[in-house]
Amino acid sequence: MVQEYSVLIGGQAGDGIRLAGNSVARLFNRLGYWVFAYNDYQSLIRGGHNFTVVRASGKRVQAHRNKVDIIVAFNQDTVEKHGWRLKEGSLVIFDSDSVKAEGLGLPLTGIAKKRNLPLIVRNTAALGALASTLGLEFHLVEEVVRSSVRRNVEENIAVAKEGYDMSGGYKGFLQVQAVDNPPRPILSGNEAIGLGAVKAGLKLYVAYPMTPSTPLLHYLAGNADELGIAVVQPENEIAVIGIAEGAAYAGVRTMVGTSGGGFCLMVEHLSLAGQAEIPIVIMLGERPGPAIGLPTYHAQGELFFPIFAGHGEFPRIVVSPGDAEEAFHLSAEAQNLAWRFQVPVILVADYSLLESSFSSVLDEGRVLIEKPKTWRGGGEYKRYLLTGDGVSPLAFPGTAGVTVKVNSYEHDEYGVTTEDPVLTVRNAEKRLAKSRAIEDELREKETVKTYGNMQAETVLVTWGSTKGAVVEVAEEHGFGVLQPLYLNPFPVWEMEKHLPGRKNIVCVEANSTGQLARWIMFHGFRVDRTILKYDGRALTVDELEEKIREVGA
Amino acid sequence: MSLRLEDFSTYARNTWCPGCGNFGIERAAKLAFAELVNEGKIRRENIVMVTGIGCHGKIADYINVNSFYSLHGRAIAPAIGIKLANPMLEVLAFVGDGDALGEGLEHTVFAAKRNVDMTVIVHDNRVYALTTGQFTPTSPKGFRGGSTPRGAPEEPLNPIELMLVSGATFVARAYSVNLNHTKELVKQAVLHRGFAFIDVLQPCYTFFDTYKYYGPRVYDLQKEGHDYADWDAAMTRAREWNYGGEEAERIPIGIFFKADRPTYEETVLAGRNLRDTSVSKIGGILQRHT
Repeated sequence: MVQEYSVLIGGQAGDGIRLAGNSVARLFNRLGYWVFAYNDYQSLIRGGHNFTVVRASGKRVQAHRNKVDIIVAFNQDTVEKHGWRLKEGSLVIFDSDSVKAEGLGLPLTGIAKKRNLPLIVRNTAALGALASTLGLEFHLVEEVVRSSVRRNVEENIAVAKEGYDMSGGYKGFLQVQAVDNPPRPILSGNEAIGLGAVKAGLKLYVAYPMTPSTPLLHYLAGNADELGIAVVQPENEIAVIGIAEGAAYAGVRTMVGTSGGGFCLMVEHLSLAGQAEIPIVIMLGERPGPAIGLPTYHAQGELFFPIFAGHGEFPRIVVSPGDAEEAFHLSAEAQNLAWRFQVPVILVADYSLLESSFSSVLDEGRVLIEKPKTWRGGGEYKRYLLTGDGVSPLAFPGTAGVTVKVNSYEHDEYGVTTEDPVLTVRNAEKRLAKSRAIEDELREKETVKTYGNMQAETVLVTWGSTKGAVVEVAEEHGFGVLQPLYLNPFPVWEMEKHLPGRKNIVCVEANSTGQLARWIMFHGFRVDRTILKYDGRALTVDELEEKIREVGA
Repeated sequence: MSLRLEDFSTYARNTWCPGCGNFGIERAAKLAFAELVNEGKIRRENIVMVTGIGCHGKIADYINVNSFYSLHGRAIAPAIGIKLANPMLEVLAFVGDGDALGEGLEHTVFAAKRNVDMTVIVHDNRVYALTTGQFTPTSPKGFRGGSTPRGAPEEPLNPIELMLVSGATFVARAYSVNLNHTKELVKQAVLHRGFAFIDVLQPCYTFFDTYKYYGPRVYDLQKEGHDYADWDAAMTRAREWNYGGEEAERIPIGIFFKADRPTYEETVLAGRNLRDTSVSKIGGILQRHT
């Protein structure tokens, strides 16, 4: 029997709920558990209700459950809103100075006040108490505090000890045993995307803040010196992508990050990248729309948008990671593909992937900066030299004897504007040749992932972070799972291997229209059912169990 | 070997109307480039022109240097990216008035605010010409065009004033007919360390023929002892003509304002070379995530 525990921490915005969740995740990580932390927060700065669910298990988990073993409540809302999550044998740890509940009440506010420390140290006191109820040695708490707290470290340790010593009869309430595994890095999708891009040569990140991509901006800016990159925040998303395209033209690997609304503003420049053949990676973070929608919540509403955005016909690649490890590798691959083919690559990532944290095993050595096709001299340079695969050798301004002209108009091989019908056809065919070359390249790559029993009659097809719940449930029920990592070009060659002959093909995704299902059907395959969730919250394991029963899969 | 104007020509067939003010700007730019290279002040391969869309944009096809022919209103953002990527490059954005003061106004203002070391040259014909004659941000009120048969309802924007308040460190106006003066301004703008802005008054022979209007009115600020280090004086001169019509008597050209301020790229890059292709190690960072 695999041991697993779920802890929910809740409070107001400003209480440091996410940090507290991170500390709890680190605690379990030190015991060798796989962890997954889901963050639910509102679009406000103070007040409201925020919570984090940390799930730790002896096996890999990438989704949370509705029911939890322990609730840590910093406000009354947490108790009232999440009481339904308690099961027999669950415990509530709460700040008895501000919350009425049954369970382990501790004067958390008092502990902070008597030491003249900011209220945020309530987190540390609660962490100590939690560790005690989990039956853990105090040194683990101390290690976690030292690794995650930057200010008032010694005071925080003292506060944690005070909380630890106050658990009374709840000490050892749950006897959590260590698992024989080394601790693993815990990364959010945002962090993994940033690190993957850097490993593939990213030198300039450009973004305008927008949930759920903002943490990527903060993360890369905060680590810019160590990573050897520059991070800039211009006036709007149009400038963001314009600046990135200029830098790419001058030979620098760039990435931009945004969400749906920001991507809308970038679309004309996306088309420019298609025409002028500028390598660019766009991180498109998904949240519920239309328009402002639910800014800080979860959705997978942008499958068609990146595939079809932009006027005119041009090749582009759309990748879709489902966890932090995939985010790391696909972000790196996005850079290499953008430069290999001089095309825009859109990395589409849903809220829960970007903002949740995952135990991750990253293979840094697997990521290489693949050298693009570059001009080797000899003769006159032509930026748009016609070649078999549609990819022309790159040269950059500043190279003696070379003139590099890129152009948003239809152009000749030198990059000079043309309206000639023959050249127009040639250029359209150059772009088509690139599309074919991209597909040939992708056929050699891992473009889909499968899990569970791929001989089963039922296969669940999913994308993005929804795969966390889907894989877990499918493995339990003996179903197969098919997860495309590439949405465009769509890996029909893999679909052909896995879909025909199945009795029951079920698409599971976080939108109201079944975009993946429609995309699969567009390519001539059958989809029998969809399980759709569009309430702004990520699918939990329990919910999917229920829905699977409903559709009779 | 000394470069001449012809050395900067391309094979592209010129499609500007006879009498177009763009010819003056093209000639001034080519001469400025040739002289700057001949004087050893810049290297030819380091010149990058970024253009928007409109009649002005065709200059990218006509001058044989590196170029990025961008979208309408979107020359300046790529220009900033180019400068960040390689600060050795001499980046010039050739833009239109509708282009950089209408569609892409924000980029113009912010590039000035940041003091990016680049040059912006506005081909200010005060009309959308390629779309056959509509009013632009700098057209005089009452301008009659296809979209405003009863006359444009808006007061014009004064780009000189706008650039002065936005933080530009080199603000000038030229008149495309005065070739030598325009060329000298382009040279000074390129050599200026910081954001240089030149609004070039450029008659559109077909849709807004302003030759007769500008001819008797323009005068050279530098010949009248204007102190370009004095921002208030620059503002006064800028307001001498508000891009209106017949009522104006004199139109100043030349350098309004010049100042020295740290550039955007030196602040942002802090000596970092983004073209360095060494691979960053992330082991230490991953350790902190554990």
